[in-house]
Amino acid sequence: MTSTKELLTLHVNGEALTVAAEPHHTLLEVLREELGLTGTKHGCELGECGACTVLVDGAPVLSCLTLPVLMGDAEVTTVEGLGSGERLHPLQTAFAEEGAAQCGYCTPGMLMAAKALLDGTPRPTREQIATAISGNLCRCTGYTAIYEAIEKAALRT
Amino acid sequence: MSEFSVIGRRLPKVNSWAHLTGQARYADDLFLPRMLYGRLLRATRPHARIRRIDVSRAAAHPGVVAIVTGADMPAKMGIMPSTQDETALAVDKVRYVGEPVAGVAAVDEDTAFDALSLIEVDYEDLDPIFTIEEALEREDVKIHDESKRANVFKEVHLSFGDLDGGFASADHVRDDWFFFEGNTHAPIESHSAVASYGADDKLTLWTATQVPHYLHRELEKVLGLPRSRIRVIATPNGGAFGGKSDPFGHEFAAALLSMRTHRPVKITLDREEVFYAHRGRHPVKMRIRTGVKKDGEITAVHYQSWLDGGAYASYGIATTYYTGALLTVTYRIPAYKFDGVRVYTNKPPCGPKRGHGTTQPRYGFECQLDKIAQDLGLDALEYRKRILQPPHSRTVNDLRITSMGLGECLDALQRATRYSERHGELGRGKGIGLAGSAYISGAGLPIYWNEMPHSGAEIRIDRGGGVTVMCGTSEIGQGSDNMLASVAAEALGILPSDVHVVSGDTSLAPVDLGSYSSRVTFMAGNAVKDAAMKLRSLLFAAASEKLGVAEDRLIAAYHRIYDQNDPEKFISFVDAAVLAESKHGTLVAAGSYKPPKGIGGSFKGAGVGPTPAYSYQAAVAEVSVDLETGTLTVDKVTTAHDCGRALNPANVEGQIEGSAYMGYGEIIAEEQIFRGGLHKKPSLLDYKLPTSLDTPALEAIVVESVDAEGPFGAKEAGEGPLNPVIPAIANAVYDAIGVRFDETPITPEKILEALGKRDNRGVPKSRIGPDGLAERNGDPKRAQRRLDASTEGRERKRTPPLGSR
Repeated sequence: MTSTKELLTLHVNGEALTVAAEPHHTLLEVLREELGLTGTKHGCELGECGACTVLVDGAPVLSCLTLPVLMGDAEVTTVEGLGSGERLHPLQTAFAEEGAAQCGYCTPGMLMAAKALLDGTPRPTREQIATAISGNLCRCTGYTAIYEAIEKAALRT
Repeated sequence: MSEFSVIGRRLPKVNSWAHLTGQARYADDLFLPRMLYGRLLRATRPHARIRRIDVSRAAAHPGVVAIVTGADMPAKMGIMPSTQDETALAVDKVRYVGEPVAGVAAVDEDTAFDALSLIEVDYEDLDPIFTIEEALEREDVKIHDESKRANVFKEVHLSFGDLDGGFASADHVRDDWFFFEGNTHAPIESHSAVASYGADDKLTLWTATQVPHYLHRELEKVLGLPRSRIRVIATPNGGAFGGKSDPFGHEFAAALLSMRTHRPVKITLDREEVFYAHRGRHPVKMRIRTGVKKDGEITAVHYQSWLDGGAYASYGIATTYYTGALLTVTYRIPAYKFDGVRVYTNKPPCGPKRGHGTTQPRYGFECQLDKIAQDLGLDALEYRKRILQPPHSRTVNDLRITSMGLGECLDALQRATRYSERHGELGRGKGIGLAGSAYISGAGLPIYWNEMPHSGAEIRIDRGGGVTVMCGTSEIGQGSDNMLASVAAEALGILPSDVHVVSGDTSLAPVDLGSYSSRVTFMAGNAVKDAAMKLRSLLFAAASEKLGVAEDRLIAAYHRIYDQNDPEKFISFVDAAVLAESKHGTLVAAGSYKPPKGIGGSFKGAGVGPTPAYSYQAAVAEVSVDLETGTLTVDKVTTAHDCGRALNPANVEGQIEGSAYMGYGEIIAEEQIFRGGLHKKPSLLDYKLPTSLDTPALEAIVVESVDAEGPFGAKEAGEGPLNPVIPAIANAVYDAIGVRFDETPITPEKILEALGKRDNRGVPKSRIGPDGLAERNGDPKRAQRRLDASTEGRERKRTPPLGSR
């Protein structure tokens, strides 16, 4: 139980944050437990479900398989950095309108994967959307409403 | 213009914003001051006596604060009061690999995890039982001593009408065996609970549960703490599908560890543990004999099921009855016999998964109807339409039918898919299949017998026009919070986004029995409507006086109460609330709902099956089969569902599509299977859930029969739409390659076997499925031999022979 915490500085949602964390802890654990950013979810521990997806320098990354000590100055974006209150991201609005979040548990990861897609491909086809979110399991929707939401958001960005 | 201002509109769910910004607090997102982290030690043996548990080394491990074992909570518990055969943690005996045995609370999760390996459990192995056949035969092995015959948990026999006469008058009788493989819910959120016991001797448990009220009762029993000192808060569930509707060991362990330490304790299961918690779809063997006239009219059905229940009861008594109860509500059946047996095996307990107990028989029966249609040269869609159970009727097993939209569902499907023209015409490798189904809008009886409401709701209007709805429902992603807000808003003339919802909290909200059996929209919806209408009449009385307009001319909508003949004559909702409070005092009203009497029979076993309203649905599946690789691709699933009335069409469509997705997963790949008692796929790497690239195109068609008793006409939408998808796909595969799949899942291996391409013999088969109770592949002792072999193998590895190294 001897603590082996190390100081490390993470760049999250535009802020530089210094935390003490176990070096073997994953980015997912550090985000949730040390930084209180619980929007990013734990689902399978194996990089299979995508619930823990965050953006690292704009690219979707599985935070449950990422060690923060190896991240250097990389910029991390979580769902909390996507938008809130007055400044919702068009994806968030479209997900609400289309009923693309049922239980909401896969949603933060799904939103991050969708943001990465739209940032690089502003007018994606349905096939491109399906491929982009194929690493994010949703057990509720059957994905249809998610496709529709991403398509709707694409038209608004 | 719609007669409604809220109902029927595609408004965003009121809880969407929390979900979409990461602000929703699921149980694992809770971090309390001084919180400890718990982990459970789980059994490594499928069936063994516990000789001794030594926790001394674990207790001495730095950072460990408390440890509990089964002996600390020996009271029997379980969701069904009549069949409580579980304990919170194993006492004296373990009955499946993964059964919780002990709980550790430590300063962090790593420490708790490390401490588990320091707990020594001395097991004495007993013969395990893994198959239905063994469970029925082995009198010498008892998984539970209470079983009277071998390892039978429950045996039921019901008979209605003149069965022998029915079969005697039949022109054609089909006799088919089916097997439905077990599978699990796999919600993306694993189970999690946080317990906090304070100096005031009160316990609060935040937990991902579908049944806060039933859990409340079990906590009292197991912890010996009066219910008045326990508060259960159902956190938003990150998916549940029936998998969070039992009381679970980790909930009791977290509670007791908190009581011991006076510190909050969180236990979150990891993914492997979720597969052991299970309570998923029962593997079921079925034999269905159906007699028909030349024109297809059914004369008699004899349905038999054998359920592999796993190690404990869970909802098993209800599941057993459900396999037989609902076959009668779709098509006219004048004579019906049902025999059901559920057995214990040394595997994680099975329970309710979306479609609870009705999914397996519906698969078998709809596949059989497809065969009957083929035997008689009938169009399968027209045939079903001709034999529909009429609306406002009673079935042979005394179930009351009210609104019934299966015919409209079939018509809608024919329009959308042109099934009748395309069936049999798509060429080899392409197929189209159809099936119908029905489900309940809530169980007609509660789990424990009582005369109280099934659902209660309370609404408060504050002086600023704020409306708070309190109801004990659990939000599991099905949209129950939004349903409560929508029904209240419609009745009061405001918008759902104006409503604050307090749900799933046993201290703040009246009892709702829980989010199971698709009961919430119908029952909690009626309860909240009842409360809202009471408040509305107070508001109308005040408005009537102020406006000088008779109450029956008033309408409430868009934050106004106005004269329907002169909409400019209005009073705002806030002003009406102030006037009403001045006149009547604080504006609070309670409402409740209980299903009417007389919706089912009075025979023993009649408690399972009745509901205030059945939902109806049908699906058409279009498939392609690769004749070389055996790969089955489901191109499209179209589902039409009679939900009474769509309170929010976007959410209803979401339920229909989600059900189709889950049914698709069940028939194409998902299986909770074991080798020698060890789960073969206890991770999401091995237990594959369909991804976006796998999932077929899904189309949802909403059919509205407007039920006279449902809230604004609504019935259920969350479970029924799963059922027809599975047999529709099986029937489509037959249309594609001429092979009947009388067992699930339909894997490429089985397709190749059927096509004669899996081995060198090259003998094609016209059917894959069981011919009786025996395992299709091999003998029942095979599993035992495999377990022994793998155990010996492990032992050999662990103790290398002398001289090596």
